[in-house]
Amino acid sequence: MNLFKISWKYLTFRPLSTGLNVFLLALGLAIITVLLLIQDQFEKKMNQDAAGIDLVVGAKGSPLQLILSSVYHIDFPTGNIKMEEAQRLSRNRLVKKIIPLALGDNFQGFRIVGTNHDYLELYGVDFAEGKPWEVPFEVVIGSEIAAKLNLKIGDEFTSSHGISEGSHDHDEHNFVVSGILAPRGNVVDRLILTSIESVWYTHDEEPAAVEPESSALAEASDKEAHEDRDHDSEGHDTTENHDSDEHAKFHAEVSKTGFPISDQDREVTTLLLQYRNPIAAVQLPRMINSGTSMQAASPSFEMSRLFELLGVGISLLQGLAVVLIVIAGLGIFIALYNSLKERKYDLAILRAIGASRAQLLALIFLEGLMLTFLGAVLGIALGHSFLWLLVSQSDQNVVAALQPWIFLKQELWIMAYALGVGVLASIIPAWSAYQTSIAKQLTKA
Amino acid sequence: MLLKANSLQYAHPGQDLISFPEIRVDSGEALLVLGKSGSGKTTLLNLLAGLLNPKSGEVILDGVKLSALSGQKLDLFRGKNIGIVFQKPHLIAALNVRQNLELAHFFSKKKGQDIIQLLTELGIGDKANTSVLTLSEGEAQRVSIARALVTNPKLILADEPTSSLDDENTEKVIRLLKSQAQKIGAALIIVTHDQRVKNHIPHFIEVLAS
Repeated sequence: MNLFKISWKYLTFRPLSTGLNVFLLALGLAIITVLLLIQDQFEKKMNQDAAGIDLVVGAKGSPLQLILSSVYHIDFPTGNIKMEEAQRLSRNRLVKKIIPLALGDNFQGFRIVGTNHDYLELYGVDFAEGKPWEVPFEVVIGSEIAAKLNLKIGDEFTSSHGISEGSHDHDEHNFVVSGILAPRGNVVDRLILTSIESVWYTHDEEPAAVEPESSALAEASDKEAHEDRDHDSEGHDTTENHDSDEHAKFHAEVSKTGFPISDQDREVTTLLLQYRNPIAAVQLPRMINSGTSMQAASPSFEMSRLFELLGVGISLLQGLAVVLIVIAGLGIFIALYNSLKERKYDLAILRAIGASRAQLLALIFLEGLMLTFLGAVLGIALGHSFLWLLVSQSDQNVVAALQPWIFLKQELWIMAYALGVGVLASIIPAWSAYQTSIAKQLTKA
Repeated sequence: MLLKANSLQYAHPGQDLISFPEIRVDSGEALLVLGKSGSGKTTLLNLLAGLLNPKSGEVILDGVKLSALSGQKLDLFRGKNIGIVFQKPHLIAALNVRQNLELAHFFSKKKGQDIIQLLTELGIGDKANTSVLTLSEGEAQRVSIARALVTNPKLILADEPTSSLDDENTEKVIRLLKSQAQKIGAALIIVTHDQRVKNHIPHFIEVLAS
């Protein structure tokens, strides 16, 4: 027998009231845990994914959408831009580096990004296996894709049009996996990287697709065209039947940096841009937005705007969590206080058999602390489980990249807050236990 | 002399001063304190147990002056040396019979008697692991007697231990108290207005309301 055991017995003697209070507190703390985890990982991820990208240039539209689609690969692209115009921009003296991206296709929901080797360098990728792409239709896949779709070096697949699953397939030419990246914990884990040429040629072969890889914009007309096509003539057969000119370009090396060479009017989707100097930050965006048909957006500016918008929702949830915690604290206080009224006899008896005032004080505090400790442990566990559920329910979007079982230092603070609530809720009941006069209590019969 | 109480006086707030007769009890002796309801019997018991502080006079148990002890020391001294049987059993409902007795061991920081053996002697050995809520009144009273005895105290104080019991149980309880007190060599003081008890214990003093 010890104080812990006695407190515990008292708690389990009233399982419903104890359970309700623990659960209330746990709910409040679970919300805070989830918010903490998401906020921490999101911000880290957002900053990590946008590192080294000063400006994103793409078709006119929503700047936030442009950033989301071309840096984080979550939203739909805003459209395409003329490569000629993009190349003109790359010659500007304020531009240090420019990485073109061709977006708009997917394989089982994972986005295919046509780009050059600079993109690999930008994210400092390591290869788990294989090597970067050298010729069209060679792809490098992120670690998460390799694991989820069980792809190995040399495996082939066909891409689908659009950026979400279920659109029609580009089945004229298969992509071949040439490399698998080591996990980095950033956006690249969920991307299929290839050359811009690959994306172009995929769309060139669509019999009725006039605009090459015009993704989101031309989706409707593409679909109609697709229905007319004969499904039997597909794959390599089609490729083999093309004239020698076409055939040769499929085996020519792709450009590893800068823009690919093409004799046709080509398009790309977006450009990731690095400034040469601080003046560029002032001049370039204005120049692009007003002087060209393209739009420029800064990742850091757009993301802070997004967080500002989300902030309202987050504060609302935080408020709810605080209210829950306060209610739980009150519940614990009331439970302790009420039980104390019934227990004045018990306390007097304990004193009569040798317990000191300090021990009774400790007994009540222990009860409050045990309650809140249970609440905190349950709350943190609930928070992580909830996030795990969220992650396991979503396959390919950003949420899927969250780690539900990472434990943060701030969670110790959650524990501390909870115990603080326990102490606060126990002060008055404990004091009243301390003050109990044994003789008076026992003779009151 | 194990217990000496000289010229004890006490006044409840707003009430007249009560003076108590001198009390002397030796180890193994039994003493009955008789008096009508409201005569201050329970007050005397509380004074002897150190639960109340007398206005004047002193209680000396085994050479220790209770009024000289304070706070934690007094609580511990009481836990070690005095076993109290209250008018009602007042068992801790959250604990079972055995745990109620373990509580006395824990707070008195004393090994005391073996719980199961004591319960068996009191005829409730099979109830050790049952909830105290399922006990009959007589059984509950016996558990509370066991709680007073389990620490092997030097003094056993019993406050109207038989007031709610029938004749048969009254006799049983008094006999148990007497034999157990003798077994552990403790002094026994029973405060009661129950005339049935007088047949068992010859020594008595009377408390009269002034």
